[in-house]
Amino acid sequence: MKTKVAIIGAGIVGASIARVLSKYENLEVHLIEKEADVGWGVSKANTALIHGGYDDDPDKYPMRAKLCIRGNRLWHQWVKELEIPHIWNGALIVALKDEDFDELERLLERGQRNGVPEMRIIDREELFHLEPNVNPNALGALWVPIVGQIGPIPAVIAIVENAVANGVKVHLETEVRGIKVENGEVKGIETNNGFIEADIVINAAGLYADEISKMAGIDYFEIHPRKGEYWIFDEGIPGPNHVLFPTPTPISKGVVVTTEISGHLMIGPNAQDLPKDYKDDTSTTREGLEEVWRKAQEIWPNLPPRWKVIRTFAGLRPEPTGGDFIIKAEEEVQGFINVAGIRSPGLTSAPAIGYEVRDIIERDLGIKLKEKEKWNPYRKEITHFFMLQPTQINELVKKNPAYGRIVCRCNKVSEGDVLEAIERMKFIGVKTPSVDSVKFRTKATSGTCQGSFCKVVIINLLAREYGIPPWKVTLKGKGSEIGIGDVKVLLRGEAQ
Amino acid sequence: MTAQVYKFTCIICPLSCDIEVKVENGEIKEIKGYTCPRGKEWAIEEITNPKRVVMSVIKVKNGNMPTVSVKTDRPIPKTKIPELMKLLAEIEVEAPVKVGQIILENPLGLDTKIVATREVEKA
Amino acid sequence: MNTLQYDVVVIGGGPAGLAAAVKAKEYGLNVLLLDENEYLGGILPQCIHPGFGIHYFREELTGPEFSHRFVQRVKDLKIDYFVKARVLEIKNYSDLEKIVAFTSPEGAFEVWAKAIIYATGARERHAFEIGIVGDRVAGIYTAGEAQTLMDIYGVMPGKEVVIVGSGDVGLIMARRFALEGAKVKAVIELMPYPGGLARNVMILRDFNIPLYLSHKVVEVRGKKRVEKVKVVKVDENLREIPGTEFWIECDTIIISAGLIPQVKLLTDIGVEIDPATGGPVVNDLLETTVPGIFVAGNSLLINDLVDYVAEQGELAAYGAKLFIENGGIPAEKWIKLEKGNNIRLAVPHYLSGKRDVYIYARVRKPMENVVLNFPEIDRKIRLPVVRPAEMLRIRLRKEEIAKARDKITMEVVQ
Repeated sequence: MKTKVAIIGAGIVGASIARVLSKYENLEVHLIEKEADVGWGVSKANTALIHGGYDDDPDKYPMRAKLCIRGNRLWHQWVKELEIPHIWNGALIVALKDEDFDELERLLERGQRNGVPEMRIIDREELFHLEPNVNPNALGALWVPIVGQIGPIPAVIAIVENAVANGVKVHLETEVRGIKVENGEVKGIETNNGFIEADIVINAAGLYADEISKMAGIDYFEIHPRKGEYWIFDEGIPGPNHVLFPTPTPISKGVVVTTEISGHLMIGPNAQDLPKDYKDDTSTTREGLEEVWRKAQEIWPNLPPRWKVIRTFAGLRPEPTGGDFIIKAEEEVQGFINVAGIRSPGLTSAPAIGYEVRDIIERDLGIKLKEKEKWNPYRKEITHFFMLQPTQINELVKKNPAYGRIVCRCNKVSEGDVLEAIERMKFIGVKTPSVDSVKFRTKATSGTCQGSFCKVVIINLLAREYGIPPWKVTLKGKGSEIGIGDVKVLLRGEAQ
Repeated sequence: MTAQVYKFTCIICPLSCDIEVKVENGEIKEIKGYTCPRGKEWAIEEITNPKRVVMSVIKVKNGNMPTVSVKTDRPIPKTKIPELMKLLAEIEVEAPVKVGQIILENPLGLDTKIVATREVEKA
Repeated sequence: MNTLQYDVVVIGGGPAGLAAAVKAKEYGLNVLLLDENEYLGGILPQCIHPGFGIHYFREELTGPEFSHRFVQRVKDLKIDYFVKARVLEIKNYSDLEKIVAFTSPEGAFEVWAKAIIYATGARERHAFEIGIVGDRVAGIYTAGEAQTLMDIYGVMPGKEVVIVGSGDVGLIMARRFALEGAKVKAVIELMPYPGGLARNVMILRDFNIPLYLSHKVVEVRGKKRVEKVKVVKVDENLREIPGTEFWIECDTIIISAGLIPQVKLLTDIGVEIDPATGGPVVNDLLETTVPGIFVAGNSLLINDLVDYVAEQGELAAYGAKLFIENGGIPAEKWIKLEKGNNIRLAVPHYLSGKRDVYIYARVRKPMENVVLNFPEIDRKIRLPVVRPAEMLRIRLRKEEIAKARDKITMEVVQ
């Protein structure tokens, strides 16, 4: 008899847990997500960094300190196995004042304690050699070579695809309404799509982890949303070669200046604590964006003119009571595991969290896990036209002419790329087609023009492949439909 | 006793004169601001019987595009536009459609034709 | 690799490219026309309103009809063309040898050509570029995007609409929405005057649509779809006036905040760009600073009228012909066109005095009873009014131009 596991939340954490648990023959793993696709919560909007592990104080935040550096090491392996877009370009924590070096020394020492390799403090000359355009008044920096950047949603997608290939069942647009506990044992979860039986329930619900936990009767922590806002600029605007941090203050790691993996200069985030019931407020604000701009300028004075922005966005980080990750089997409810408050460095830690949860299942729930004989660690990325050579294009076009047609001109995404993305959406069970699902898989609509030409083409492809009229295609799940009906719907008096 | 002054920018030529028309009890009392007789005539018509060319799209069955664009072949009274639009909402044509093809003759007795302005091929 | 050879490659099958391809073929050149859409015509097939062709065809046509006439010519003349073809790179092998690399459902190709006519049009500014903050939700469209959805693909985007920007496209979309039964709740214009042609401003009166001049949309809110927008009044320096904010409820926002010439492929090979037009610096044959590359239409400068776009396409074709015949554009000297008082932009940038030329220009601010003055050549033109929304098109004769030594200034004076 297999042990049934229900993981609530298909973000980077839930996905990573699902992938690790998919290795075991005696587990039946269900991944449950309320959104139309995976990775649309906290995982969607963040700085996309694989941190070095020097930042988390092991005395105050032992879980964070332990899992961050482990996660960093695992990501080096996972990005290869799963073909996740990434770059290992290292970080510089820049000192602008003499006093900043005291803090850098503290970070260096902490990093060494946490096991971060190859860190060192560099002088002005070396800093300017690495980053000629950093603030000319900079005095030096802490150099952390193991820091990298990945695409967070592409990472979630890759991990989920691999998990599904290894037998994990994904339930999208499935919202948890209750957790069934009998005699102190978890029995399953109630959802809008019916009851899902489970012997183990893993709560990886991000911002809503406190509410899910409460459904199981466990309410010793709360999750507060902390908003971070970002600017992202047009291609061709020079950004740094490395991830640039200011010297941190006790409150914040500060505004990062970086060239994200697609080559765009990106600045952010600020940190604004929101009231507890603002968990869906990902709106950008004037004040917040101004703050980011001002702070970014302190380390990167040559910001482009403002109209060179191609997107501003905001994300929410789940701040737990106490500040450390809450990862444990709850004793009062047998089989219920909280994986809550996975704030920064959550993306970095995710793979390590996966293994941590496996250990908890074995150690605390006493389930002996049996490895599958055949477990596939690999997953192939879809075709990206922008990575192809002309001869490869011609070979692909012979198989399917769609590969020769560019849909997104800014990022050179072909119709063939989009069709592969749609196939992958169906593979993991995406039922409501959305432009965002295609965007996160192909990069279409995320360039200079922000989709003003290609969105319509993608909508038509989604409509065709899903067999629905174009107005029913969504931007980002139900409620965000592209239209209200056909062009005559209002004149016929049929619109609600 | 109702006196009203209508102000509008003439669209006859790029000069874009600002014309003022004073109307009392439904009668035009004064027109000023125009520079040419065409402008004056246009202003009078704008008050007494404004007309517009109407353009829209009509649904197409079995075409390589789901709609065809259409226009009225001459301006029709502004007041009749909503009624005409409702009528166009009910129509569907079969592909192929040729540019200049007449979709409707004399709709609502308006002495106009609804003409296709775009080509739609059979899918 | 598939290789092709032509005299001229025309990039872009909108009105400028169509006119250029037809003209070049009529000159006897071997022409290849490339377009990335499924159909030729550029944005014309979706511009279903009348107002096209009054100058060019002496007849008022709709966009699709205007386009259709040119497409028929392309087919009648048996001009080679590809649709769904995207140019990836232009290479300037030598002055008389260009390579255009493109991809299409037929495969990836390299075309060797003697001259290139670049007519790729413009793109629309989007909500992020104009500094709108708030929620990134459904219901926010650029005007052209909404137009494609409604008038090509038959999709109604929403029922309560706020239009950002009173340029022609915004006003025309206001009418389209109103005609199809949507409620257009407001048109919001940053400047103290409307941005569109007078005949389009009239749409607002026809449909009782409020126009807010000197206002801007600063924020969008909504959960999954737009629910409301925040509007604020601005002063004469376009600074927001605190305390004047108000919200308008709507489910759709149409951004019509201006067009930007698409010149990426040109800047990649070092073509000089005029910051005032956003398009390339050109001579009186519309040749860019890279010899043998000509440009026309909205990728040269943003036009109001398609007739002038077609005119530019034909001139570029003439330029390409001269270039190919002579192995380059001959001119002993180039006379620079300088921008004087109240001239925001003027094209072409260099005049030869060897041929008559149309100057396309825009003013910075509206003025009445003015003289358009070219002091160096002693030419004065009286105009009752000049407006930023209306492009000036002035013909200068070659004899006049030749009078100038090294520059001609264009200025608007009272």
